[in-house]
Amino acid sequence: MLARRKFDLPGMGWKNTFAEMERMRREIDLLTDTLFSGPQSRPISSGLFPALNITEDKDNYYIRAELPGMKADEIDLQVKARNLGISGERKIHSEGENVKYHRREREAGKFARVIELPGEIDADKINAHMVNGVLSLTIPKSEAAKPKQITIKTV
Amino acid sequence: MAESKELQVKEKQEVASSGEHTRPGLVFTPAVDIFETDREITLLADMPGVAANDVTIDLRDDILTLTGDVKPWEGADESDVLVEFEIGKYYRQFSLSELIKQDKIEANLQDGVLRLVLPKAEKAMPRKIAVKAA
Repeated sequence: MLARRKFDLPGMGWKNTFAEMERMRREIDLLTDTLFSGPQSRPISSGLFPALNITEDKDNYYIRAELPGMKADEIDLQVKARNLGISGERKIHSEGENVKYHRREREAGKFARVIELPGEIDADKINAHMVNGVLSLTIPKSEAAKPKQITIKTV
Repeated sequence: MAESKELQVKEKQEVASSGEHTRPGLVFTPAVDIFETDREITLLADMPGVAANDVTIDLRDDILTLTGDVKPWEGADESDVLVEFEIGKYYRQFSLSELIKQDKIEANLQDGVLRLVLPKAEKAMPRKIAVKAA
């Protein structure tokens, strides 16, 4: 019997079989967690900087990014059709020669990212502002992309 | 620093022990830079979305606690299209090994970065204890 033979093999005893089953169970749990995590779903990282949150309502798309320490004029925004480009460089200024660092977790560097919006936008009316290190963009949807209410006529 | 590298996304680190927080919501660990000169210790913390009056800095028994509250910035009738980061409070504690002049602490929040200057206290004078022979 195959099963019998398997258990006879050294290193393939009961203990290891259970460990293997435990490992599989954990993997399945992980998979189901990512697939059905309910309303509190974890954010999906694209791996691109900056991380963006996009929301919409009837009239606008809203894009937000956390860019602490950056000034409005250090960020370059460009729109082409439905694509929005965000680029810039985060600089961390030198604190002098005689300082001794204990921790350095904040990072500096260049970034560039292009994101495509799901619908047509009105590029001339985009509003961008920077408050407390958070970039907020309000992007009006073009008239064609806005949902239209259709009235049903009664004959 | 002249060299400039490409910035990578760092996932926001959630505070591991949430047992102490009474209010619901996510709590993150802010990224910090800490450096020291002869006279002071400076701490820089990234707290995007935190307004100046929503930061609490507490120093007692050599434990420095930073808290930053974030007011939700999304409108009520907005629905998510893409979510790449979460919004939450910031919380971090440090234990200071050096004596700090508590009344001279300076805190400044600009563009979502907290800058905290902790001036060191003059070191306690070393005392010499004479041992008397009986």
